[in-house]
Amino acid sequence: MFTIREYAMPETLDEAYTILKSRKGNQILGGCAWLRLGKKRINIAVDLTKCGLDYIREDDEQIEIGAMTSYRSVETCDILKKYFNGVIADSVSSIIGTQFRNTVTVGGSVYGRFGFSDFLTPLLTLDTSVVLYKRGSISLETFMTMPYEKEIIEKIVIKKDGRKSSYQMFRNSRGDFPILNLAASRTEAGQWIVTVGARGPKAIRAEKTAAFLSDKLSQNALKAEDVEAVIQEAGEILVSEVTFTSNMRASAEYRRILGKVLLGKAVREVMAC
Amino acid sequence: MLVHIFINGEKRKVHCQPDAMLLEVLRDAGCKSVKCGCDTTNCGLCTVWLDGKPVLSCSVPAARVNERHVTTLEGIQDEAEAFGKYLVGEGAEQCGFCSPGLIMNVVAMKKELDHPTDDEIRHYLEGNLCRCTGYMGQMRAIRQYVDEEVEA
Repeated sequence: MFTIREYAMPETLDEAYTILKSRKGNQILGGCAWLRLGKKRINIAVDLTKCGLDYIREDDEQIEIGAMTSYRSVETCDILKKYFNGVIADSVSSIIGTQFRNTVTVGGSVYGRFGFSDFLTPLLTLDTSVVLYKRGSISLETFMTMPYEKEIIEKIVIKKDGRKSSYQMFRNSRGDFPILNLAASRTEAGQWIVTVGARGPKAIRAEKTAAFLSDKLSQNALKAEDVEAVIQEAGEILVSEVTFTSNMRASAEYRRILGKVLLGKAVREVMAC
Repeated sequence: MLVHIFINGEKRKVHCQPDAMLLEVLRDAGCKSVKCGCDTTNCGLCTVWLDGKPVLSCSVPAARVNERHVTTLEGIQDEAEAFGKYLVGEGAEQCGFCSPGLIMNVVAMKKELDHPTDDEIRHYLEGNLCRCTGYMGQMRAIRQYVDEEVEA
């Protein structure tokens, strides 16, 4: 069972950061959805609710999502439905239930870098940055590999660069955790990015698969059977470069088979855009 | 710690531990409609509205709702009754333990969605589990409730 010794609700990020760093055991609270499942001993819990981080906004170049924005806001946001074939909004729409998505926060999910995340997989195929209060902007890909430091995620920023995207996932039932998920994006220059998540460990990019797709699908007017042959071969590359693991939801072998299927669906969907 | 919460429109002073969740605070405050089911954000039994939006009170720290508005089933008796008559009419509850959470979410859905389809209804209510009914009676009751509201 978790415990909190003291609860703080700062009104500025500066105040929040000062409290966070003031003593070992102090921690930022996100949506708190998983808090009860752990055994954390939190000295001062720092709640960012009053720091004005609940927003989704866009300008000519980018979309910004504040760290305290809920998944439900992401799911229902017209801005996010408009870009990248709506993959960002779609990716969170099957997570547990409406009430849950009203509490889970973007910052909590990104900071947690959970292996089962639906949200991170499509974001990794986009030009996404994580803006940290002290360290500034870092690419999401780099952030995924960083240790869990005492920092505050202020927002994530997604460049509006015209990518076409697809998000595919497989779960036993809606509301359950995904057994596997996969996202693919193609830039306007024809560069592919492929990400695999819920494979056991956290989501990663499949670089060789993406390079293969970028090379083979760059020619115009490929016949449908040629595209299918490329997808087949890309699937083999995917399962050879990405590590899939077994757990109570699925075996590694099952995930490998699913990976090929989801890749095919994602590539076809992007090409149809 | 001392927290001020508007519970069903009434401002209440609540003394609680820093790690207390809204669920236990509401039950201590007399809102016994709020049930503890899974206690791990899965079942929807503990659904209440926070500033008008349905949330799982088992995963919301009580301190987070300081100076905010919380609505429980006790605060929406007329709406609950309007929907409840359809639940009864369709024989859509058995043990009834999940009903408060379901009603809170159905009424929230009605406020949020215009003319929801059956698929939209199922999607909205995915977070409300019922171990008795198999959901078919509930779906019929919800359909009638939503259609009646549209007709009205």
